[in-house]
Amino acid sequence: MKSGSNLEKILKAGHFAFTGELGPPRGTGVDEVKHKASFLKGMVDAVNITDNQTAVVRMASWAASIIAIQEGLEPNYQMVCRDRNRLAMQSDILGAYALGVRNMLCLSGDHQKFGDHPQAKGVFDIDSMQLIGMVKNMRDEGKFLGGTNIEHPPKIFIGAAANPFADPFEWRVFRLAKKIKAGVDFIQTQCVFNMEKFRAFVQQANDMGLTEKVYLLAGVTPMKSIGMARYMKAKVPGMDVPDAIIKRLQGVDKGKVADEGIKIACEQIEEFKEMKGVAGVHLMAIEWEHMVPEIAERAKVLPRPVIV
Amino acid sequence: MIVAKRKPFEEIKQLLKSYKKVLNVGCGTCVAVCLAGGEKEVSVLNAELDMSRRLDNDPVEITGITIERQCDREYLEALDAKSGDYDALLSMACGAGVQFLAERYPKIPVLPAVDTTFIGVNQAVGWYEERCRSCSSCVLGQTGGICPVTMCAKGLYNGPCGGTNKGNCEIDNSQPCAWHMIYERLKGQGRLECILEITPANDWQNQIPRTVIQPGYSKPETAGK
Repeated sequence: MKSGSNLEKILKAGHFAFTGELGPPRGTGVDEVKHKASFLKGMVDAVNITDNQTAVVRMASWAASIIAIQEGLEPNYQMVCRDRNRLAMQSDILGAYALGVRNMLCLSGDHQKFGDHPQAKGVFDIDSMQLIGMVKNMRDEGKFLGGTNIEHPPKIFIGAAANPFADPFEWRVFRLAKKIKAGVDFIQTQCVFNMEKFRAFVQQANDMGLTEKVYLLAGVTPMKSIGMARYMKAKVPGMDVPDAIIKRLQGVDKGKVADEGIKIACEQIEEFKEMKGVAGVHLMAIEWEHMVPEIAERAKVLPRPVIV
Repeated sequence: MIVAKRKPFEEIKQLLKSYKKVLNVGCGTCVAVCLAGGEKEVSVLNAELDMSRRLDNDPVEITGITIERQCDREYLEALDAKSGDYDALLSMACGAGVQFLAERYPKIPVLPAVDTTFIGVNQAVGWYEERCRSCSSCVLGQTGGICPVTMCAKGLYNGPCGGTNKGNCEIDNSQPCAWHMIYERLKGQGRLECILEITPANDWQNQIPRTVIQPGYSKPETAGK
């Protein structure tokens, strides 16, 4: 065991993993975190705690991760390269680990231009690839990036993202290979809507032997409305929403659109369960945490396995 | 070259408001080529300042001179005899030129008339684009001659990120994704192996003022004098 986290145990035992997501509040509302956590408890193996997502200031992801632990959830602590240099990153990792965090997701981060402080200086001292390598080096060699020894190194299960849909498509699998070489243990992909493209990506990864070296979790986001689908297609960079999805949502009664969105998500999950090279699903029910129990139920991923 | 743009007129005027006799010093190298601070720009700015201060009933005696390079001691010498005659010096050079002038005449206020913007190229007359951040550790040999530090909005060494948008950057549809360009160029050259290896964390050398002494040379005794 690299970290002994629940997520690592689930994956190592060969179970189909199911992870969720929780966005920290834009303030100090502990109850808001607890409220969101209450819907996720028992439904997911770990929950991603986002780090100033879309470059908007929120409660620190390490702090919300600790609240999640107190609520009985295992956090997957997200860290972006946009807001911290290597000193701050390493000290936050030590602090988060000391307080019980065992999984991390290493990301570049959305550009600050998108957020509520577009004038900010983007740090990007290191990039996501280098962050993966840094955490691995901290864990396996017990060394800081600067080369000195760490007393009681943090044993972190290391995650990263992959976007099979952003171009150049042909290069994406090689970038995945680089992340594996850097030392990543698991990957959560961008939300999958274009199944054809995703199948081709996983096939490539299988052919290159990559899925034997990393646990690949497919990203799933249920569409809440036609507007959301249109927005994601047009406005979210690197997102690939086929017209067929929008047409399918348009084809049902107005009151049934969200239900159809969940149906699509569940069909995807069923396919992922059978897909060679896919080790689980990462459910990003964006600001829809209260629907996670219903989605998990309908996706037939309950009860979650308990590994002692 | 170093590209600059003239500061807004009102800002320059504000900087000069308490001075009656000013020498505007243009620079004949980079800022002249990019049409920000050469001989022509010195005379245009002086005419504007002269007119504006006269309308304010607060005339200024403003003279212009353009020297070859303000970042070179050899050319600054020409100002030694004159500088003492003025209340202030206005410099239309880049930030390096302004500072070198201020260092040479420490008793006289030296004020900037341009904002130094970047190291870039001349795409067409009057149109310049940034290409280099002078990071001190050039990776262009591995990246197909396209700088990821300058051209990628996140300065990623191991891109592209997940935000590429049909070949463009997530921040702007008119800004090509640097890593998309790097990929395409290396693919065209059959050199994709260049970016298969992980580029390690950069050793940032531009965090403190840097000095370069070329092999075979030493710091001159007159440095700083």
